[in-house]
Amino acid sequence: MTTTRASGREQAGPATTTPIRPPIDPKVRGLRIVVGVVAAAAALYAPFYFPAAQNKVLSQALYLAIAAMGLNLLTGFNGQVSIGHGAFFGVGAFTSGLLVVKQGWPYEATIPVAALVAAVVGLLVGFPALRVRGLYLALVTLGLAVLFPQLGQKYVKGSGGVPLLQPSLTDTKSLLQGLADDQYAYYLTLLVLVIVTLLTWSLVNSRAGRAMVAVRDQELAAATVGVNLAQVKVLTFAISAAYAGAAGSLSFMIDRVADATNPVIYFQRSIEFLVAMVVGGAATITGPIVGALAVVLLRRNTEQLIEGKPILSPALFGAALIAIVYVLPEGIIGGVRRLTSRVTHRPPPPSTLTTTTSDTSV
Amino acid sequence: MTLFLQQLVNGIGNGVVYGAVALALVLIYRTTGVLNFAQGEMALFTTYLAWKFARSVPVAAAIALAFVIGFVGGAIIERVLIRPVEEARSPLNVVIVTLGLFLGINALPQLIFGTDSQQMPKPWPSDAAPGDVVGTTRAVKVGAVSVSWAVIALALMMVAVCALLWLLFQKTRLGLALRAVASNPESSRLVGINAGLTLMLGWALSAGLGAIVGPLVAARSTGFDASLMQGVLVFAFSAAALGGFDSVLGAVVGGLVVGIAEALTTQYVDPLNGIEVLLPLLLILGVLLIRPNGLFGRRTVERV
Repeated sequence: MTTTRASGREQAGPATTTPIRPPIDPKVRGLRIVVGVVAAAAALYAPFYFPAAQNKVLSQALYLAIAAMGLNLLTGFNGQVSIGHGAFFGVGAFTSGLLVVKQGWPYEATIPVAALVAAVVGLLVGFPALRVRGLYLALVTLGLAVLFPQLGQKYVKGSGGVPLLQPSLTDTKSLLQGLADDQYAYYLTLLVLVIVTLLTWSLVNSRAGRAMVAVRDQELAAATVGVNLAQVKVLTFAISAAYAGAAGSLSFMIDRVADATNPVIYFQRSIEFLVAMVVGGAATITGPIVGALAVVLLRRNTEQLIEGKPILSPALFGAALIAIVYVLPEGIIGGVRRLTSRVTHRPPPPSTLTTTTSDTSV
Repeated sequence: MTLFLQQLVNGIGNGVVYGAVALALVLIYRTTGVLNFAQGEMALFTTYLAWKFARSVPVAAAIALAFVIGFVGGAIIERVLIRPVEEARSPLNVVIVTLGLFLGINALPQLIFGTDSQQMPKPWPSDAAPGDVVGTTRAVKVGAVSVSWAVIALALMMVAVCALLWLLFQKTRLGLALRAVASNPESSRLVGINAGLTLMLGWALSAGLGAIVGPLVAARSTGFDASLMQGVLVFAFSAAALGGFDSVLGAVVGGLVVGIAEALTTQYVDPLNGIEVLLPLLLILGVLLIRPNGLFGRRTVERV
């Protein structure tokens, strides 16, 4: 089945149409396994190595990765651009917040509920999205991200009447003996990330995943070969929203707040997701994870670079973004793939179709 | 009835602002196909420049200076930042660049001029107390309705801009080239039009228009800071979407529709109080359900 895998480098841009992927070079496969094992070991050991503050930053990168992965399903693999996933993230955060603070639920039980509620909202948004395409969809979702804090301000009252929910310290405490709260939060987030990564991988390599890519590349052609356009688009929207909702729920545990006081906060979140996806590599499985780490570390470093000039941080962040798009137009994963195929390059075996690796063999 | 007319006038005031920013978005979109998220922030930066110049020269001259800088700056941004990414044919990357510009240009005036709220001198008749450079806007009474000079000035500006753009697009050779590139870039290159120049001109015109609108918006409010254009941008986006994104007339009409609808709903529809953003969203969805390419947009033909 590897010949029809939908995650090829050839598909890094939403407009290219070469779904057939060459067999993986054994050297590259070996390298991938080594990198994977090292990364897994590092991810498991990290919370014991770093102090609590750093663990919190890492956990933030992990939940950003989950949301970016959801956006990647919708935008990278299905071609529907959304600048409104911050709203689904907010739905997740507020679902967990309301259940924990007002209803006294144990925090862990609220994660699937948050994902489910976000999926339902995503479904509701997905239906009008069938009529609205490309640019217009981006705009409608942008409106959603701006609307969400206003809804929060109107209908949610935290302590002091402000739309701000904060759990007490015991609500999101570690359930496991021997793990500090920050380490527990990290591992819980990592667990959710592993689950959604496996889910994404199997989804993308399934019949449904190929239908998603077909709809992105050639909607009309996909419809003529029997893909149910409406079903694929709406369901992708819902699944993608569920990822963002789960990420929002985790953010409630890690940041200890569900906040709607800032009118542009969820718009900024949406931008973060988009940036993490593109910086890591759109339409790749691991791209959003790499991109999320890059974004969080970049932001943290630009914040630390200049003491007492907080306003310089967004300026540097913006400049860094533009620079990354220049240096790595296919994202970090795309750049790494190009590098490895250059190092291990050999002529393709004669049995494969000739649509492979055209960009590196010239 | 008086209340209704008063809200109508207020709505037109806001609508002109939305329409003008939407027009700036459309100028870039129809020539380059890029949705410029940094539009509002580009206008913000030139607004700060106009405010700075207005300390030493009359306001009108300051805005003219800001226009020139915006015009040149827009061209430079297109040539240096947008085109290399555009040529890589990745629409998402262009979006990322404009978002990067959004963050960067928003921070720039705060770095240079500080984060305090500032006051813009008014380029229309106003009552000023001695020693006060800013003053308060005068209003004209029409029957029982008072029409602020800010609304009159904005409306006049809009009419003038539309007339000039119409002359440029319909009556000059350059305008013909601009329209040709907008409708078919490849073919226009083949007949010898310098497509690169027209793309630059699209951005330059758009940034220049922002440099005129921004100071007027700032002068209309009591004070302005770096968040001046952020609220406007969402409404401008919906105005452009209503109009169809490639139509100049559509942007203006869309802006007026959104502005008037906003003013009337805040007056008469109580449940929408505090969630006004819902309105442009519903308007866009409603229009797109009936006309998928906006009120004035062209149909696009898709080939498999």
